[in-house]
Amino acid sequence: MAKITFIEHSGERLVVNIPVGWTVMQGAVQNGVEGIEAECGGSCACATCHCYVDEAFVDALPAPSETEEAMLECTAAERLPNSRLSCQLKVSEALDGLVLRLPEAQS
Amino acid sequence: MAAAPGMVVIGAGQGGLQVAESLRAEGWDGPLTLIGEEPQAPYHRPPLSKAMLTGAMDEAQIAIRGHEFFGKHGIELLTGLRVASIDRAARRVALSDGRILPYRGVALATGARGRPLPVPGAELEGVLSLRTLADAQRLRAALEGAERVVVIGGGFIGLEVAAVARKMGREVTVLEAADRLLARSATPFLADVFAGLHRAHGVTVDLGAKVVELEGRDGRVAAVCTADGGRHPADVVVVGIGIIPNAELAAASGIACDGGVVVDDCGRTDDPAIVAVGDCTVRRGAYGVLRLESVQNAVEMGKSAAAALLGRERPFTAAPWFWSDQYDVKLQIVGLSAGHDQIVVRGEPAERRFSAFYFRDGALLAIDSLNRPQDHMLGRKLLDRKAPLTPEQAEDPAFPLASLTR
Ligand SMILES: Cc1cc2nc3c(=O)[nH]c(=O)nc-3n(C[C@H](O)[C@H](O)[C@H](O)COP(=O)(O)OP(=O)(O)OC[C@H]3O[C@@H](n4cnc5c(N)ncnc54)[C@H](O)[C@@H]3O)c2cc1C
Ligand code: FES
Repeated sequence: MAKITFIEHSGERLVVNIPVGWTVMQGAVQNGVEGIEAECGGSCACATCHCYVDEAFVDALPAPSETEEAMLECTAAERLPNSRLSCQLKVSEALDGLVLRLPEAQS
Repeated sequence: MAAAPGMVVIGAGQGGLQVAESLRAEGWDGPLTLIGEEPQAPYHRPPLSKAMLTGAMDEAQIAIRGHEFFGKHGIELLTGLRVASIDRAARRVALSDGRILPYRGVALATGARGRPLPVPGAELEGVLSLRTLADAQRLRAALEGAERVVVIGGGFIGLEVAAVARKMGREVTVLEAADRLLARSATPFLADVFAGLHRAHGVTVDLGAKVVELEGRDGRVAAVCTADGGRHPADVVVVGIGIIPNAELAAASGIACDGGVVVDDCGRTDDPAIVAVGDCTVRRGAYGVLRLESVQNAVEMGKSAAAALLGRERPFTAAPWFWSDQYDVKLQIVGLSAGHDQIVVRGEPAERRFSAFYFRDGALLAIDSLNRPQDHMLGRKLLDRKAPLTPEQAEDPAFPLASLTR
């Protein structure tokens, strides 16, 4: 399990325990985080699971794949250096304490 | 006391859930019931032929929304129940458990079912299809113990299953009755690329192979026989020969159907109180007559239909898009290529990293991208804005597509 904090665009904070091996997107959606749409169900095909990773964790995450990189170019909200697709972030113990902010819009 | 008439959504899949979600987002605060025949809350179907089959993902990970979502938004989710009939004169639906629900509006999101294989032996054990989570669990267990897998039908679902079975080390044959793969859903150009991809991974791809019989032994399937006298031994047979829209409920209540529930770009049927979305529909609108089976279609029609139920006009006119994952190839399609008279390729076909751009009279119709997600995403914008991309520009790797989307 890793404890991950989601900050909705409204400012609401949700702290969620997500099993290792799940994606951050799955943990968010199953636990009522609403700022993630995840239309394609995690296939890296929709870019509606966009999130901003807290600066302190950006370097701790594996770099985005080429596909994620390309899909990030097409997010509804502005792409920032700390933008990631949450369906491409696999949960490991190392992500314990991760903080993510959600954008204003996903589609 | 009878409940006040509310909105009733029939079918708790991708489209039905979207209608319910969008009704709340659009401000509907009356009763809202989402009724589904399957035992599960709405889940994503695409992983069923991908990560769910390999075991990389399990049931808990594919729910589209978590449990508390429904309570929080006042959506009454009834699972394991079917709607048996719609009485349009009295504005009531009858459920399989005898319950009667009055309605103000209805959304039909009943999806589709696999077309049954019309040959002797189709009922043998080991002959499987793939539409639901239960199907995926059966197929996964069957693939575990199989050596030889025959896939009947070279459509997207059949090809995705073939790719997974091959990755699991099974001997795989794909039998397609037409003279090419993906005959219903993609261009001959793309079909050739995918035939090559599967053959390169060791799959036997037989085109023009008309299945006439499944041979059994002790009630289990043993071989697939084709019209040309071919006999393909099999432990597991996967049937993926297209779908039949679940339009019977609508048809029985007198709503216009023609190979699906007939709707416009707003999801409206010929009854102003009833909309329909997703795989159960055939849409007559800006693109002519469309019968799409895709996540985007279910989601976007869902948004439009929810608005229509509240008397708002929100037509779905964006270019259709779709994806499929096979081996290490991500295919993404946007637009409708029918009627194209020119194909230009951008990228490296030899490495299966390219996009095919389809034009008619010099105007862009559609783009198929293999491992080129950026072309695809920019392509959605190019098509939706009718940007004046020329074939020469599409082909020129130095030409920035993004310059036309700003
Ligand atoms: C294996 C598989 C892989 C796929 N892969 C992709 C992909 O990679 N990309 C893509 O874009 N699309 C893909 N699709 C297609 C996509 O999943 C569908 O187009 C989408 O799910 C359609 O949504 P829907 O709501 O119209 O129907 P469904 O999701 O099928 O939902 C309909 C629901 O209604 C229920 N129902 C039917 N009749 C009644 C009744 N009378 N009362 C109550 N409930 C009823 C059904 O049981 C079902 O649960 C795939 C589909 C499958 C099966
Ligand atoms: S869920 Fe679609 S890209 Fe992440």
